[in-house]
Amino acid sequence: MSNIGSYDERVKNFDWNISEKELDYKPGDIINIGWYCSDRICEKGFGNKPALIWEGSTGNEKRYSYNDLRLNSNAIGQFLRGLGIKPEDRVCLFMDKIPELYIGFLGILKMGGIAQPLFSAFGDESLFVRLDNAQTTAIITQKKHAPKVRKIMDKMPYLKHMIIVDADPAKPLLDREVAFDMGKAEKIEKFVIHPTFAESPSVLHYTSGTTGQPKGVKHVHYSLISQYLTSKWVLDLQDSDIYWCTADPGWVTGTSYGIIGAFSNGVTQCVLDAGFSADNWYRFIEKHKISMWYSAPTAIRSLMKAGDEVIKKYDLSSLRHLASVGEPLNSEAVIWSEKVFGKPFLDTYWQTETGSMMISNFPGMKIKPGSMGKPFPGITATVIDAETYEPFGESGKIGLIAIKPGWPSMMRTYWRNEETYKKKFQNGWYLPGDRSSIDNEGYFWFVGRDDDVINTGGHLVSPFEVESALLEHPAVAESAVVAKPDFVNMEVVKAFVTLKPGFVGSKDLDLDIMNFVRKKLSPLAMPQEIEFIDTLPKTRSGKIMRRILHAKEWGEEIGDTSTLEND
Amino acid sequence: MDEMQEIIKTYVIKEYVEDDTELTYDSPLISGGIVDSFSMVSLKRFLENKYNISIPDDKATPEAFDSVNKICALVREYVK
Repeated sequence: MSNIGSYDERVKNFDWNISEKELDYKPGDIINIGWYCSDRICEKGFGNKPALIWEGSTGNEKRYSYNDLRLNSNAIGQFLRGLGIKPEDRVCLFMDKIPELYIGFLGILKMGGIAQPLFSAFGDESLFVRLDNAQTTAIITQKKHAPKVRKIMDKMPYLKHMIIVDADPAKPLLDREVAFDMGKAEKIEKFVIHPTFAESPSVLHYTSGTTGQPKGVKHVHYSLISQYLTSKWVLDLQDSDIYWCTADPGWVTGTSYGIIGAFSNGVTQCVLDAGFSADNWYRFIEKHKISMWYSAPTAIRSLMKAGDEVIKKYDLSSLRHLASVGEPLNSEAVIWSEKVFGKPFLDTYWQTETGSMMISNFPGMKIKPGSMGKPFPGITATVIDAETYEPFGESGKIGLIAIKPGWPSMMRTYWRNEETYKKKFQNGWYLPGDRSSIDNEGYFWFVGRDDDVINTGGHLVSPFEVESALLEHPAVAESAVVAKPDFVNMEVVKAFVTLKPGFVGSKDLDLDIMNFVRKKLSPLAMPQEIEFIDTLPKTRSGKIMRRILHAKEWGEEIGDTSTLEND
Repeated sequence: MDEMQEIIKTYVIKEYVEDDTELTYDSPLISGGIVDSFSMVSLKRFLENKYNISIPDDKATPEAFDSVNKICALVREYVK
């Protein structure tokens, strides 16, 4: 029996206080996610239960019980407090998927800080704009990533501490650097957790838009109410589950469901900190007897590409429930997973700003392969006309996805960017920026983004950011960046580039530009293809018409070109 | 040790290793998290440029790129 039982019954009788009651929370109480994810589980008598089973790329393993989670997060919280870090200071987590990332996240929240996780593959420029926007006080990182921070340290006087979790004792630390070894640190039994309340800020995740710099999405401790219940009802987390969320906590899935949802539900979760290979993933499932697996379409399509033969080498019978997030899950992937694993991946739809799942396929509900599913109970979602912002009166029409604001995990603002935050609302609806239709049974069907943001492997990349980075390359005069279709990643970055006088397009220059962007921004943002052209299509006022380049890549009609400069 | 091994290893260290991690010809590059799946595209491009070959996409798998030695074996299939 699934946790949600009947979806229709839950919709009829829903109130968020179902979640509040299960968590023994009453409005006005102190609510601290760090405490709910560690101390509370121990107080319920599950201190010895495995919370985190971590495996590194060489197969080395570390195990942490809920009591270990509690003691180690206390130790990190105390260490940060000892450095003089204050409640609501931003503390960045810039690490691979190592235990210190998961436990550090809880430690920051326990001392009242705002956790700012950033993807460890970010280059120094991507790192700088996000730390600068947040005016981050401290960054917790590994020695392998420290050089990227050192490169920009001088530009960040507000960054008072770089905390290195695996510092080499033989090498001297530089100014503002400090070592913290979680394995050797004194375990702290008694720690005064900062009394955060529902609206106290908790997490700052960065996301990209079409224009402007990345936006810091501010979440609060009350988000737990949504994250706990969606984990329970959609991921169907049960006491005996061994859970694997493949997402990196540098992105929102990795924190909402790779930390908060998992630990607040008291399940055992496994983490694999290694690069992708089909063999290694199946081996991991077999070894740890994973029962609930939350992954992404890019990974699922990579597994499809690896073929069915490799699956036969492993016993995957422990798998009980599968779900997916990041980009739309194509129907072929749903059908394939049913064929090879005996159960479909259930697609879930949400984004950094919503903090938790909005539209999902639920256990026990009829699955329509390729559909996003239906709104979570308590979520009012519809499709509205892009001109009038009014909901359509009939099914099947394509429009903007619109959600009634007010669920617990909704972002509270964009950090230092209230103006952009306000633009996300129209006619009383929150607009995630995606288009879909709804069929006559109430299922949502994803159509695409409503802007130029590129969704590559489930991560949003701003064309503006990539274009800006390209312009810093000595050979590049102008650039335009669009999405290009890709079987595995859904979309990848493609750049159109004009060169400065004296430069000629070549294979070596192509590679040099790719590597330049990869190191400056991230591997995700690196153009997978660069096309050297003489001129970019522009309007008569000089604005680059990305639309034309996008249409060319997707084999679509170019549409109206009446404003084209060189038409 | 041959020249191809050393060229590829030197390139991987220069482009993808951020600290003083030591690399052998058998160090796991993809499964070890040194080169991610997106960056594999630039590594493939380097090999194609350097050895004037074209590696089909379906041969450029994480397994085939998982060490310098495996990459060398792949490249040798296409070098005339």
